[in-house]
Amino acid sequence: MKLDDLVPPRSSPYNFAFLDEGAKREIRRALLKAVAIPGHQVPFASPELPIARGWGTGGLQVTMSLIGPQDVLKIIDQGCDGSVNAVNLRKLLVATTGVRTTYDSREATLLQSRHRLPEIPMQEGQIAVLQVPLPEPLRLVEPSEVETRRMHADGDYARMWVSLYEDVVQNGAISLASGYPCRVNDSYIMSPSPIPRWDIRRLNQSRQLTLLGAGREKRVYAVPPYTSVQPLEFEDMPFTVEDFSGMSCVRCGSTDTFLDEIYDEATGTSFRACSDTGYCDLVRSGQVASPAERDSGRVPAEAAGE
Amino acid sequence: MSSDVLLQARGIGKRYGAGCEACAELTGPQAGVNRCPRCGTVHALCDVSFDLHEGEILGIVGESGSGKSTLVQCLYFDVDASEGELRLRGEADGENLFDLPRSRKRRVRGRLMGMVYQNPLRGLRMDITSGANVAEKLLEADVFNFRRIRDRAAELLASTEIPAGYLDAFPRSLSGGMQQRIQIAKALANNPPLVLLDEVTSGLDVSVQARVLDLIRELQRERGMSMIVVSHDMGVIRLLADRTLVLKNGRVVERGLTDQILEDPQHPYSQLLVHSTL
Amino acid sequence: MGYVAVQGGITAIENSQKLNRYLRLRGSSAPLTVTQIIEQMGPLVDRVMSEGGLYSPFHAALAVKQASGDPIEASFLLRAYRSTLRRLVDSLPVRTDRMRIQRRISSAFKTIPGGQVLGSTSDYEQRILDFSLASETEEARYEAVRDLEHAMEQEDVPGAESMDPERFRKVVDLLRDQGLVPPAPPVNAGEPTDITQESAELPMDRSGRLQMLARAETGGVLALAYSSMRGYGQIHPTIGELRVGHVRVRIPHPFRPGQAVTLGSVVVTEVEIVASAERREEEEKPGFTLGYGACFGHNEVKAISMAVLDRSMKTDEPHAPAEDQEFVLLHTDGIESSGFCSHFKLPHYVTFQADLDRLRTLQAVAAMGSDE
Repeated sequence: MKLDDLVPPRSSPYNFAFLDEGAKREIRRALLKAVAIPGHQVPFASPELPIARGWGTGGLQVTMSLIGPQDVLKIIDQGCDGSVNAVNLRKLLVATTGVRTTYDSREATLLQSRHRLPEIPMQEGQIAVLQVPLPEPLRLVEPSEVETRRMHADGDYARMWVSLYEDVVQNGAISLASGYPCRVNDSYIMSPSPIPRWDIRRLNQSRQLTLLGAGREKRVYAVPPYTSVQPLEFEDMPFTVEDFSGMSCVRCGSTDTFLDEIYDEATGTSFRACSDTGYCDLVRSGQVASPAERDSGRVPAEAAGE
Repeated sequence: MSSDVLLQARGIGKRYGAGCEACAELTGPQAGVNRCPRCGTVHALCDVSFDLHEGEILGIVGESGSGKSTLVQCLYFDVDASEGELRLRGEADGENLFDLPRSRKRRVRGRLMGMVYQNPLRGLRMDITSGANVAEKLLEADVFNFRRIRDRAAELLASTEIPAGYLDAFPRSLSGGMQQRIQIAKALANNPPLVLLDEVTSGLDVSVQARVLDLIRELQRERGMSMIVVSHDMGVIRLLADRTLVLKNGRVVERGLTDQILEDPQHPYSQLLVHSTL
Repeated sequence: MGYVAVQGGITAIENSQKLNRYLRLRGSSAPLTVTQIIEQMGPLVDRVMSEGGLYSPFHAALAVKQASGDPIEASFLLRAYRSTLRRLVDSLPVRTDRMRIQRRISSAFKTIPGGQVLGSTSDYEQRILDFSLASETEEARYEAVRDLEHAMEQEDVPGAESMDPERFRKVVDLLRDQGLVPPAPPVNAGEPTDITQESAELPMDRSGRLQMLARAETGGVLALAYSSMRGYGQIHPTIGELRVGHVRVRIPHPFRPGQAVTLGSVVVTEVEIVASAERREEEEKPGFTLGYGACFGHNEVKAISMAVLDRSMKTDEPHAPAEDQEFVLLHTDGIESSGFCSHFKLPHYVTFQADLDRLRTLQAVAAMGSDE
């Protein structure tokens, strides 16, 4: 008798969405716990993937554990579907699932992103999956994992606030840029992943479920729909977002989106364009008539019918 | 608890080790040791009870090994008491504070207690400014207004006679006396009804000691908070405390009005302390 | 205007991959065979098996070939492959005291039961570049092997009984007999942690720590152990025993209870260090403390470093990086560290844009301040 005889054969070398069902179940269990305790980091045994650690394995594992044949997938990096890493992750997921993909965020049931949320507010039933390099917001003041766990457990956030106070004393304002620490559900302090300040408001009382995965650090956490997410601020120094006043996107003309600064070699000058290229394309092609329509949450008939 | 009792302590004990039947007999002031020769258990505190009244300064005097610092650490939740009950008027519906979960203990001490340690390294963070050290206490009490924090920190440092320019200075660049003043300012930040002072002047030069003690006395007169002052020095106790407990080997051996203990100490150990006072 | 077309990313990646392949294949040399790598690059294959966490010289050698010799890249390939494999069964604990010894030394004693077996080691090689290796022909190789085998036959080689595992009693057991080392903890005291299946929390139990070290990157583990040896820590280790050889891998018989089946054997390097004496509370008298290291394949530097770190992490009050288990365990996994290091090459222009905006704000605030 051979060992092979004892083991039932597999029909294909890889399971649907690459991870085996056991691994998917473990991740889903961790995600359920995360959703039940908004902002709390839940550990999980993040398995190795063919993608390098630090390159989105956490987000990928969350997506892999949730995705089904009926899902419509959008993957972006820095807001762009064509960014090298987004392309690579999309390749892997499509190769192992065959699901339909889209560049229109309104069509996506699963939206995996590195460092941005889409300009069009997401709706109920959609899931945003954010890739997280460093899940621990208190790492700013404390290197030890054991100690930061205790700080969360005790709600002992004084040192975090003190560092913000010192920041203002030193610099006149809070110097934290992206990945700004937020209080979730009036309870845990969470890192929203390195999204710009611009995108924090898309988490507060959002209609979508947001899941955040850190593969290398082996943690997942979640912001359920209609949950409060408040950036840490002093009452008398309100939180502000990036300032793009006086600028507009050269491609679609938008004046109310997060804009990338791009250097044009030909002319030697820099210009601005929407970081969210999918949205930019929709505006250019007339599929989103106005910011009001964008923010209303209505999905135009053509997009819904496809 | 009678109406003007702020803090009630009953049967507080702290031991390191499991204890055995012989401990009671073989340790304590009669035996002259804290460590049980049979089982090796160290009894730092045993059966300490007292009431602290509003606006009163209670002195706790004893030598090394008396348990006085351990007592204050138990009251401030730095250390977990092995047994006993602690009640603060108006808090936790009169429940034993030692039974509260850690996060609630932190909130109680943040709002209602101030602590000044003998060694400023324990009470201050050297890697943040003096202002930030005071701010930490305010932030623990949910004061999240930058201007208010800054103004209050400046006000507190001024009240402890620290020059205005030191608001953004780091404690490690300041003298021992200054560091103690910052601790005092921090302890007073939330106007707590109770302030604990553990050997606060013991490391300082004599002239600096005198000024810090004067400051403490004045602040207490102005604000009327209750204090517990721990010292091995009867001179400090005489200056500050209304009533005093004398501790030896973890137990209270004598208690009463400070003046009475000084004039007519009853327990041989108290007599020794009083007569050794310079 | 020069906006990056959405399709550009895909093309760039595909071209890069073609370039990688081209660079590996072009040239006048014959393609490396997996067999060549297994046979002539044993230490590299062993290292990759150890860091990949999978014992299979074939797959490790394949990974080495695909990675063009980069050990971390190869370990990554192997580890990713490992995670696709189904787990069939857990083996019985491996008996290193029954190892078929290839090499076995002790620095603690001059003579030990069974004797010191030097085996194959580079320790006493003179590190002089051998230029004759540049023109090794197949014929010369054949002749050299034949001559060496002939020379071995001439040697007065001890018989098979002298290499019987029973003769090589563990040095640590000797020390235990003499009460110089605390008695061994009870066997099978609970299930070991499996870091690949559970989310192990810090502080980690010893089985979890050892498992993490076993797949840690050799350079990382060496650097931290070196820091301890040089003085950032107080271990003062002596190698009680170092063993390299084959150990049998056995599983419980699938349908005959109480019996075991041998699947095969693997090469393992195992080191036990004896460190400074101390008196721990539970014991009556002082004794030596031990450190343990073991890894797949023949990799002595790693096993020794593991043992030193195992010991240095046992302290309750870490003062040095090598004593702090968070520091050691979170920073020595080659796949994680190299992955995170490399991730900085990904586009960060949105986060950088956010930083630029913040800096401009702070500069404005500072300017306002100086105007007042």
